[in-house]
Amino acid sequence: MTVERDLAASVVELATAALGDAEVEAAADRHRLALTRFANSVIHQNMAEDATTVRVRIHHDGRTASGSATVIDEGGVRALVERAVESVKVAPRDPGWPGLASPAVDSVAPAVGRASIEATPAERAMVVRAFVDGAGGLETAGYCRSNHWAGAYANSLGQTLTGGAFECGLSGIARRNGADGLARHAPLALAGLDGAALGARAAAKARAWVEPIELPPGHYEVVLEPTAVADILESVAAAGFNGKLVNERRSFVRLGEDQFDPAITLVDDPLAIGLEYDNEGTPRQRLVLVDRGTTVSLTHDRRSAAEAGADSTGHAAETPFSWGPAARHLGLLPSGAATDVANEVEGPVADSSVAELLAGVERGVLVSDFWYTRMLDPRTLAITGLTRNGVWLIEDGSVTRPLRNFRFTQSYAQALMPGNVKAVGRTSTPVPGDTYTATAPRWSCPALHLASWNFTGGASG
Amino acid sequence: MSEFHAAETAVQAALDAGARYADARVMHRRHESMSARNGEIEAVTHDADSGIGIRALVGSGWGFFAVPELGDRAVRDAGAKAAEIATASALVSREASELVPSETATGSWASECMIDPFSVALSAKGDLLERATTTMTEHGADLAEAMYQAWETRKWFVSSEGHRIDQHIRECGAGIMATAIGDGETQRRSYPAARGQYATRGWEFVDALDLEAHAARVGSEARELLTAPPCPSGDTTLILGAEQLALQIHESVGHAIELDRILGWEAAYAGTSWLDLAQLGSMKYGSALMNITIDPTIPGALGSFGYDDEGTPAAPRDAVRNGTWVGVLAGRDSAAVAGLDYAGSVRADGWARLPMVRMTNVGLEPGPHTFDEIVAATDDGIYMETNRSWSIDDRRLNFQFGTEVGYEVKNGQLGRLLRNPTYTGIGPQFWSSMDMLSSEVVVWGTPNCGKGQPGQIGHTGHPAAPARFRDVRVGVRA
Repeated sequence: MTVERDLAASVVELATAALGDAEVEAAADRHRLALTRFANSVIHQNMAEDATTVRVRIHHDGRTASGSATVIDEGGVRALVERAVESVKVAPRDPGWPGLASPAVDSVAPAVGRASIEATPAERAMVVRAFVDGAGGLETAGYCRSNHWAGAYANSLGQTLTGGAFECGLSGIARRNGADGLARHAPLALAGLDGAALGARAAAKARAWVEPIELPPGHYEVVLEPTAVADILESVAAAGFNGKLVNERRSFVRLGEDQFDPAITLVDDPLAIGLEYDNEGTPRQRLVLVDRGTTVSLTHDRRSAAEAGADSTGHAAETPFSWGPAARHLGLLPSGAATDVANEVEGPVADSSVAELLAGVERGVLVSDFWYTRMLDPRTLAITGLTRNGVWLIEDGSVTRPLRNFRFTQSYAQALMPGNVKAVGRTSTPVPGDTYTATAPRWSCPALHLASWNFTGGASG
Repeated sequence: MSEFHAAETAVQAALDAGARYADARVMHRRHESMSARNGEIEAVTHDADSGIGIRALVGSGWGFFAVPELGDRAVRDAGAKAAEIATASALVSREASELVPSETATGSWASECMIDPFSVALSAKGDLLERATTTMTEHGADLAEAMYQAWETRKWFVSSEGHRIDQHIRECGAGIMATAIGDGETQRRSYPAARGQYATRGWEFVDALDLEAHAARVGSEARELLTAPPCPSGDTTLILGAEQLALQIHESVGHAIELDRILGWEAAYAGTSWLDLAQLGSMKYGSALMNITIDPTIPGALGSFGYDDEGTPAAPRDAVRNGTWVGVLAGRDSAAVAGLDYAGSVRADGWARLPMVRMTNVGLEPGPHTFDEIVAATDDGIYMETNRSWSIDDRRLNFQFGTEVGYEVKNGQLGRLLRNPTYTGIGPQFWSSMDMLSSEVVVWGTPNCGKGQPGQIGHTGHPAAPARFRDVRVGVRA
């Protein structure tokens, strides 16, 4: 038994004792987060938290209520249950209640190494030190983080699950005369973070982004580096394959149709970082969403699945008011073998895998990163945003000169449609998401060579 | 152990572990929310969290540690842990961190609240959302959504300089949204704002929104938009409604005047600012009609408080006066680096997050015109209202916004409805083109301002009124 399992079980026991015929589910999640931020090449924010949250959801007499608390002593747990019990008695009716997850075999995910869980503030500081030194005197900024999650789920049907996961990441920029170069990596253990190499990579980009010129707006062929591809994956996950949005006809995705280029295969794999079940106690799985251009699956929680006449795929959201069940560990399968490795290269290109894609470009734009991307319409997945952290002109297969940032307004659905994907990178890079838990999003991204991208203006106007 | 005692114990533990400054915030928070979709309640939740966050300064390094337990042993360990983390920070540091002097405040503050949002029956709240969404579907919405949120925050702040402050803040708000789905696109209409309207008020604020009275209009306008002509492309005269202008202020002024961004502290994520401290007091930000204040004392505004999370008493300050940039949002440490003598704009999203520079209420003072006068004075242009999309670069210069609706303006009158309106520009050029500003100011509440790592959600307020801008590029599309 774990502390979290005992907590979840005690909540279910208390709630069913109060409302005998209620459907009850509870979860206890301990998150240990540590984040070391640096700017102007010094650590300026350095924080850690160790907090356990207990959640409960009760369905009784056709009504549903949920709640959570961070005070987890006996009195705190009892107060949480009493609050939820009182709420469900007066809550509005919930005719769409999908029922609880039935007992099922737990998925099996890799075990978490203790060394990573117990990473110290000094160890994170030394990774930062290595990044700063690796940048060779350029000003630097970014973070080094480590996150551990231990959790348990229980419900009144007898489903009981436990799990744990660890993730860490470094995202940093090197700065030179207003030019920023980026490096970002998310291995599964702190030992996998090579601060010096990442600092050198960021600095190489910053040094190569000198006196950029402005290109006129228009449609350009592009090579998107893995850090930019992550934005596309996040968007199609949230607004495309999301079962709730498909049910509501707000998504562009249609099951069974060849909406994507045959080079595109998308797989969501939360098991890779140790997430074995979702917030509703449904076991997670490695789920193929797009197989060589054809949409073969959607992501569902229990409610959207019930509406669609399907089964939950283990994608219940972690927060209320979310857009719905979305893939959060999505990967675009690279064109090479799983064992392929990308090597460091000279200049601004992220690695040899990206450089190979440049070879096929007569005239185009190399994009390191996207910024502040926002959706204009989910039905077209039209997105506006900007480039950031390095943009270069590609001519005859090589980077020839730096460019000023662009604003773009581009349908991500069209970007991946048949015929627009000229090549997918040979290797994949894990890119950390912008939330800071061990259950946070994580995108597996090769570079992409696309035939057209709609740049609608320069960043200067 | 009382909350003050827990905070004092943690601060002392940090000092004992080598800190030369420490502060602690104990917080108890409650959050209740409900959402409805197409006449049915979708989610009801009531969350509570409590804990303590301790900030320690050791040499030149800062450390922060947070735990939910408030027992003597737990808060002592947390204080020592904050100092340990601060010590590690010093491994990668240069200059000593200082704090600008702060009045050693002791006191209490509470927001005004006539009807406690948590005392209103869930069934009554549910009936309101169900009726509003049903009415929207009856009037053309394919997807009708409604929601409310309420927060109650109690916090106790103690510092090693002698601060001892407690505050009690209640906030709530609500909104409705209709979506009509066409062959190749969706159209949306919302009331009273794209993400609802919020205030540091009680449930009387939600009652006054009168969601049901607007539900039929919102539903039918969403449907009508599907067949409206698209917003034309080109440069034109643009009139913005107050809600959209509030977001324009938030994104292109509020974030730009955050001192931590100006100093490069957010360079790797949220970004920096186009503003240069050397030009504070002389740089032209916009036209002479542009007067923007930083004012956490506005009664009922969502960004109001009695003291910020460093214990600095709330006070109004100019950010832009007659078009000239004159003030920033600052904290005690960032102000010291910048050589300024004021702070007061530091807040944290809960006990487990590090306090950082955040907007309070940042908005426009009233102008000399009315909305009707602005329309009447415009021969050819477009009126846009209610935000739908927003994007701005990492220096807060290049923006592109989309709104839910646009209307042609011809010969001094509002004309045809337009769909998919967007506009784009560069901050100081855009603000310099503002030639008419209404006196009809409304304080809009933004409950979802994201910043920082780990991400923190801030609640901000923005006084804004309709205004007119010249030669703006509109109609950008994919």
